[in-house]
Amino acid sequence: MLPVGELKKGTTLILDNELYVVTSFEFVKPGKGQAMYRTKMRNLASGAVVERTFRSGDSFEPTRLDQHNAQYLYHDGDSYTFMDNDSYEQFTIGEEALGDATNYLIDNLPVEILFFRDKPIGVNIPNFLNLRVVKCDAWAKGDTSSSDFKPATLETGAVVRVPPFVNEGDLIQIDTRSGEYLSRVKE
Amino acid sequence: MEVNWRLARRQKALWKRAAIVQAVRTFFVGRGYLEVETPQRIPAPAPESHIDAMPADGWFLQTSPELCMKRLLAAGYERLFQICHCWRGAERGSLHVPEFTILEWYRGGADYRGLMDECEALLPYVAHAIGLPDQFSYRGRPVDLATPWERISVREAFSRYAHTSPEEALERGVFDALMVSDVEPRLGAGRPTFLYDYPAQRGALARLRADDPGVAERFELYAAGLELANAFSELVDAEEQRARFTQEETYRRSLGKHPYPMADEFLRELPNMPPAAGIALGVDRLVMLLTDAATIDEVVAFTPEDL
Repeated sequence: MLPVGELKKGTTLILDNELYVVTSFEFVKPGKGQAMYRTKMRNLASGAVVERTFRSGDSFEPTRLDQHNAQYLYHDGDSYTFMDNDSYEQFTIGEEALGDATNYLIDNLPVEILFFRDKPIGVNIPNFLNLRVVKCDAWAKGDTSSSDFKPATLETGAVVRVPPFVNEGDLIQIDTRSGEYLSRVKE
Repeated sequence: MEVNWRLARRQKALWKRAAIVQAVRTFFVGRGYLEVETPQRIPAPAPESHIDAMPADGWFLQTSPELCMKRLLAAGYERLFQICHCWRGAERGSLHVPEFTILEWYRGGADYRGLMDECEALLPYVAHAIGLPDQFSYRGRPVDLATPWERISVREAFSRYAHTSPEEALERGVFDALMVSDVEPRLGAGRPTFLYDYPAQRGALARLRADDPGVAERFELYAAGLELANAFSELVDAEEQRARFTQEETYRRSLGKHPYPMADEFLRELPNMPPAAGIALGVDRLVMLLTDAATIDEVVAFTPEDL
């Protein structure tokens, strides 16, 4: 069984015989009280989002999803198309099912398509990705003490918070699980 | 190699944190408190149902400095404070790191109401010391440190915000769930809130009210929904304390948790402890409040994930 403490954003699980994906997950604990996990989950069949609070000690039936190596091809509105690397078959997945992954999809990005009962229900993207900054404000040179963030727009359109010394045109490494800036990439 | 940005970006917050800790020290020294450092690895933690001490070389890392500080009170020390690291297993979230910093202080001769007054003096003192006025905002919510602060009993708060009584919530097993979902978010709106008089079973080391033995003289302090501190009029009846420890430890063991030995030295000396009140304030949370930090990660030098 999968203990509640091991849930993460993106974990899929079966609850009341339905398949859900965790979309947000928060540890809460009132003073000297019991630990609880406030989660939001999307029902992968109906798309409905439910909010549930679990207690430490709760556990779930883990799900086994089939994974196929694939690559991202293109998107048309809210539909994103991927190609299976082995069969060359193309699959289209809705923006909602992809969640934050849409922030990081660049052409030909290697992904794993997740299947549940032969239906594509989402993708895994690499944890670390190098993406180019296409827009951000200049940094006042000499301001070495500042630890303020500034927003930067990536080539995928996603906006992330970066350190002041990052410039337009820089290639930066992003942790796609948290959306955090990690480092500049030397070219 | 580029500097580690996760560490570098906290520099501003850590400067403020240092100033806050300095101001806390000045506040207590000025009030005649003795700063002490008690051992962080101890043989027998106080058993509490929902707090897990981490084993360390046969003993345990402290979950709070409570028992050692009370032994000093029992030995005749009257006013004590300590700023120290504490460890609580499996606590990690936006408000929790398993190794965190507690400010704990004890005042002989005082009860929990005396500590409420002291909190009302401490927070403005520290805020002013780092250049904050009485009024500021935390995550978009207004905070006003002007006194008096709101004082609301657990009973009143459950009735007002959760439309039930604490007894009924406990009976239904939803006391903590309602606290988190319905009560806490409403506390400390504007002025900070003291939530006081907890059901007796939720104050394992607190004295029961003489005029209402169903409740323990315990309070928690909240600002803008953020829980900052927990305080008790301390229980000094050793027999009663032993019985409550036994009860808590039985519960812990029934859940298969790592057994603790009984804190016999503490219980032996407890009869010498004068009436006193004690409080633990989360230093990391205080820094979050005063620096408008969304998560505890922003105000500690390292999170476990950074190590």
